[in-house]
Amino acid sequence: MEQTTCFHCGDNCNDLIIAFNEKSFCCNGCKTVYEIFSENDLTCYYDLQNSPGAIPKEIEGKYDFLSQKNIIEKLTEFNDEVIQITTLYIPHIHCSSCIWILENLNKLNSNITSSQVNFGKKTVRVTYNSTLTSLKEVVLLLSSIGYEPYISLDDFKTGKQNVNRSLIYKLGIAGFAFGNVMFLSFPEYFEVGEFWLEKYKHLFRWLMFAFSLPVVFYAGVDYFISAYKGINSKILNIDVPIAIGIAVLFIRSTIEISFDLGSGFFDSLTGLVFFLLLGKFFQQKTYSFLSFERDYKSYFPIAVTKITSEGNETPIQVYNIKKGDRLLIRNEELIPVDGILINGKARIDYSFVTGESESVSKISGDKLFAGGKQTSGVIEMEALKSVEQSYLTQLWSNDVFNKNKEDGFTNLTNTISKRFTIAVLSIAIIATSFWLYTDASKAMNVFTAVLIIACPCAIALSAPFTFGNLLRIFGKQKFYVKNASVIEQLASINTIIFDKTGTITSNKKSTANYEGESLSHSEEVLLKNTLRGSNHPLSRTLYNILDEHNIISLNHFEEHLGKGIEASHNKDHIKIGSASYVGTTETSVLNTTVHISTNNHYKGKYTFYNSYRKGLSELFNKLKKHYDLVILSGDNEGELENLKKLLPSKTKLIFNQKPDDKLEYIKYHQTEGAKVLMIGDGLNDAGALAQSNVGIAISENINVFSPACDAVLDASKFKHLNTFIRASKSAIKIIKWSFVLSLIYNIIGLYFAVTGQLAPVIAAILMPLSSISIVVFTTITTNILGKKIRLKSNS
Amino acid sequence: MSVIYILLSISIIVAIVFFIAFITAVKKGQFDDSYTPSVRMLFDDELVKDSSNTSIKTKKD
Repeated sequence: MEQTTCFHCGDNCNDLIIAFNEKSFCCNGCKTVYEIFSENDLTCYYDLQNSPGAIPKEIEGKYDFLSQKNIIEKLTEFNDEVIQITTLYIPHIHCSSCIWILENLNKLNSNITSSQVNFGKKTVRVTYNSTLTSLKEVVLLLSSIGYEPYISLDDFKTGKQNVNRSLIYKLGIAGFAFGNVMFLSFPEYFEVGEFWLEKYKHLFRWLMFAFSLPVVFYAGVDYFISAYKGINSKILNIDVPIAIGIAVLFIRSTIEISFDLGSGFFDSLTGLVFFLLLGKFFQQKTYSFLSFERDYKSYFPIAVTKITSEGNETPIQVYNIKKGDRLLIRNEELIPVDGILINGKARIDYSFVTGESESVSKISGDKLFAGGKQTSGVIEMEALKSVEQSYLTQLWSNDVFNKNKEDGFTNLTNTISKRFTIAVLSIAIIATSFWLYTDASKAMNVFTAVLIIACPCAIALSAPFTFGNLLRIFGKQKFYVKNASVIEQLASINTIIFDKTGTITSNKKSTANYEGESLSHSEEVLLKNTLRGSNHPLSRTLYNILDEHNIISLNHFEEHLGKGIEASHNKDHIKIGSASYVGTTETSVLNTTVHISTNNHYKGKYTFYNSYRKGLSELFNKLKKHYDLVILSGDNEGELENLKKLLPSKTKLIFNQKPDDKLEYIKYHQTEGAKVLMIGDGLNDAGALAQSNVGIAISENINVFSPACDAVLDASKFKHLNTFIRASKSAIKIIKWSFVLSLIYNIIGLYFAVTGQLAPVIAAILMPLSSISIVVFTTITTNILGKKIRLKSNS
Repeated sequence: MSVIYILLSISIIVAIVFFIAFITAVKKGQFDDSYTPSVRMLFDDELVKDSSNTSIKTKKD
């Protein structure tokens, strides 16, 4: 049968096809969005891209908090009596149609003056008239057309975020000065004693001096600061020789032009700073739509519904929740604080918090923990703690979240820089003392020349360009790395720790095995049809696993809450549910099971298992040769046997780990010398991800949030993890080779320097030449590496 | 006064004008989002077509 896809969202229309205007839709939501667009002449939306839309979600009451003044104040960036401007994050933004429709919001609501999309950040900035419409209406409008904004506790911050553009300014200034200085110094390269040159050279030189001032004192100031900090903490980092180089270049050039000794090295000076900043700029690959610094605030709602003592529902800001408050939690809403269930049918999904794969049922009087998601209907609860004191959020008070991982890590460049600096200084001293004996007038000249030519511009550029390029290549393969230092750390790991639920298992599917007497055909039909009527998650899962059967109408169907379901068709009677309900005793305590009996005769049970990601055992077998592998799970041991079969025998399997336990486990092994790569997905792994040397979050959907980490890996690329680790190792090799290359340039330059024949033109040729050849070398080699990665991950 | 002074000052003034233009562009945030404008520019025609469609329809109504 040919599948019809929805004109609006592109999903398959399964059972139900809604036809409208000769187009088919999968649900009423999609049809409504289409209607809204066609009424307002916005059907261009569908011309730009095929089925670009999303199904609008049920939102009734969800955004009531947006009418509160203090919340509006925090969410708007500009707010006077009439005009309000707000920037909303919309995860669904993914194509040009999205940009188009969102920038035409004023056609749907004329009180919106303008809306501007930032595609990279997936945000829309809306300006509207607050006397005629409101923030709530804007959000509701966006939600009704399938672009629901994501508003979390994280947005509830004071103050605007300042964009740091200083690097662009510095790069601009250095580039500007470099170009002009090159142009002014060009005539003197040829050293012809021409009349005109003699006459104007002083003017030219002082102009170059003027251009180099902002380069040294503004654009290059970071290198001085970093070198000073390095020396203070007794580390000879790469910025020490660079800072010496810049300082010596500037001072010697100034002295030369002041006393008419020569033309100075302003061209090399500005060029050096420009290339260095270019390297920094290139290394800065940012994924503006991803954030690597998230904590629980990004998941938690900004406000929930409180039930006042009079029984009214009012929105309450999450930070204002006090002990004893009555809260109303709707379907799909997150529980913001620890509390006690008062009434309602609670089915809480804690998979994100604890790593348990199944959602749990709670009855009135049970304790609920913050971070769980209600998955069936509306519940009422009483708060026991405030947000910051809740069980889950307390994890963030651990010191590990305030530590900067890069602090304790000496990168490759700084390792070599230590030896390099010492070598250069000794060469300078030896050469100077030699010249002091032979020709004292040249001694100072040689000393400064050595420091100038040895300035490790090319060395400083190798790592930024290699890692910068690799970051882009990884990004294209859906492996989003926070910064260059992460790649370097990734190359040095020796232990890999995996979380179980959501990391090596996929969230979407689970499998079930049947044990017991085989079911006859009519029983299978009955089973399938009974499950069809139930909305319990296990019923839905089992229903999807079972083979397709004819639809029959049941004579009798009844669902017993928390026990099971029974149904009859003609003479047959079926009971599906827990062991006690069906009339047997539970044999497996750890696994989730569903028992079946027909006509009061016990037939058997379905046992549910996690379904593991594709290529899991293949990946583990590849990794086991080089790394210690550990599975650290918050779930129970139910999957132990299954995992043992799948994974290489030396993999350690540890279950029942609380978030703190995971963190401590990694900390302990790090003190034993392990370099740990942690791969997790949920908030329960947040501590472990922060403690590990490299923390990678697995994400089924990059737009959905992942906890604070060093890198985000798309779940579909999970099996290629090994490829990425090996690519990082190759990157280290590339950098080492480019070090060799730049050392050759340095040796050539040093020959001119120690023999006292370093003319500005040689410096001006050598410095850019070495930098450019390093850039070319690293770019070509990393691109070859990238090609290999692409081939492997597409195979 | 030699012509070279005039030429030199002109060249530097031109350079500084471009430099100021660059600084103001950065300040206004032109470098913050380098993707969306490239797509947005392609929509200008669609918008014109759309608005004319609207006016025709309202006339008919």
